[in-house]
Amino acid sequence: MRRTALVVGLTITLVLGVVLSAMAGQLAVAPSEVIGSLLRAIGIQNEWAPDDPVTEAALLVVRFPRILMALAVGAALAVAGAVMQAIFGNPLAEPGVVGVSSGAALGAAIGIVFGLTALGGWSVAALAFLGGLVATLLVYFMSRANGRTEVVTLLLTGIAVNAFGGAGLALLLFLGDSASREQIIFWQLGSLNGSRWQEAIIVFVVAAIGSVVAVSIARRLDLLSLGERNARHLGLNVERLRIWSIVLVALLTGAAVAFCGIIAFVGLVVPHIIRMIIGPSHRGVIIGSAFGGGALMLFADLAARTLIPGADLPIGMLTSLIGGPFFFWLLFRARQRSGGWA
Amino acid sequence: MSAPEVAIRAEQVGLVLDENRILDAVSIDIRRGEILALVGPNGAGKSSLLGVLSGDMPPTEGRVLLDGRELDSYRPIELARRRAVLTQENAVTFPFRVREVVEMGRSPWARTPQFEDDQAAIAAALAKTDVSHLADRRYTRLSGGEKARVSLARVLAQRAGILFLDEPTAALDLRHQEEVLRTAGELAAGGAAVVVVLHELSLAGAYADRIALISAGRLARLGDPATVLTADLISEVYGLDVEILTQESTGRPIVLPKRAPHSG
Repeated sequence: MRRTALVVGLTITLVLGVVLSAMAGQLAVAPSEVIGSLLRAIGIQNEWAPDDPVTEAALLVVRFPRILMALAVGAALAVAGAVMQAIFGNPLAEPGVVGVSSGAALGAAIGIVFGLTALGGWSVAALAFLGGLVATLLVYFMSRANGRTEVVTLLLTGIAVNAFGGAGLALLLFLGDSASREQIIFWQLGSLNGSRWQEAIIVFVVAAIGSVVAVSIARRLDLLSLGERNARHLGLNVERLRIWSIVLVALLTGAAVAFCGIIAFVGLVVPHIIRMIIGPSHRGVIIGSAFGGGALMLFADLAARTLIPGADLPIGMLTSLIGGPFFFWLLFRARQRSGGWA
Repeated sequence: MSAPEVAIRAEQVGLVLDENRILDAVSIDIRRGEILALVGPNGAGKSSLLGVLSGDMPPTEGRVLLDGRELDSYRPIELARRRAVLTQENAVTFPFRVREVVEMGRSPWARTPQFEDDQAAIAAALAKTDVSHLADRRYTRLSGGEKARVSLARVLAQRAGILFLDEPTAALDLRHQEEVLRTAGELAAGGAAVVVVLHELSLAGAYADRIALISAGRLARLGDPATVLTADLISEVYGLDVEILTQESTGRPIVLPKRAPHSG
């Protein structure tokens, strides 16, 4: 029942989000033209498709890749959050909060400032992944005790990693020339502005494969909720699951951060809402987070570029504006419920 | 009657953690069809011995054999189909429903023919532990005693031939304590090997086929309740004078501390 409601709700939100995002902007486009253009793009000729080449270009070159990017980034971050919460055994773990995004941004910035291009166009993305991986491993091994992660330890470790990442970015800002400075500031704030097809497709492929992998380990992630020892007694190879999950989180976060910068709290808010609607079983939470994350990003990005006419607000700022108070509320509730910080 | 079948054999097992000696030269057989109770004072090494016997910790000396094969040669999933463990720590991170938690106990049997028994095993386990009425409740909202029984249900649903229960009665009221041990007795009668850590010596005396008394990491005595629960031995190991009574209806020993009469 609730599952059906979620599926219907998400479908409507996604379709609405895609159409609204394609319509809004400096150049207004009619909904019929959006649908017509989409149909033509997949090879169905129709009367609705726009005749004006400017409209057609605005949709195909600017808006559609940005929409795909929003869906992919939202899915990647939300699924990364869900997997992270499972392996940390803590519903407050999130790539932005605990510093994985900072690590990834630092990796990307190093690539930009020092002009590392060993892997061609993939260099920055690869460095973002590496930075994210190092940060995840660091947080993971610093914040665990007796097979669980306490809230205080997790957040304190996050503060330390974020501080270090921030300092590294500041140093690179100082070292870099003005062009790379601009790029680094873009990374710190997060934005989907200027998304190109090629980038959007890369993130989309990573998000899609990552989500499928996450769904395939969902049952094992369920077992982790019993604590590591009990999960092991049920035949789970905990160490192996842990390592692969960390790589998965770093990959998803790295892909999102590499092209769009730090967008925090998506990985916290989305899995949490999905869990409240359909319960904590990870299969549902991961699938729901993939679509829910995409929907959230779509509307966040829509707000980012339409709230102030003519201006493109940094989306990372927007998500933090909403996510910050949400996080605070979660923290408050967690403390009330358990009567402490555990 | 044939000799009892040995499920797990520990040979001269020792355990040293951070240069502290936890276990010293413990040799013990765990047999199918009986309840073996591990008792001893706090910090004697009961839980550590349970951990070594169940494959959680490799011993630093000696070896542990499961069906004749060294314990650490089993893969986690192979072990999970042979032995189930109820630990003392049974927190669940997310608000799963009771039925879902018990269902997790079936996960070692996924993609095996036994998978067919899932629903029956879950229902039976819920009924056995008196938590059927809680099946749709959130685990995280239950009381301590209810959580303990649901966790036991999860362990029972696993349907392993060897059961390790670490203080299964700690959070339970009188009736549920008795029910847990009666359930353990039924499983043993059905051919399971049951190892249970108990603090309450009279419970061990009433239900165990054999008792292993652990003291300072060593096996102080191993045998039937009457052999182990003697006033001299218990008084010495626990550092407290006790007297042993006998329950008339069962002939089983009851251990009570010697107490001075209330004055005035």
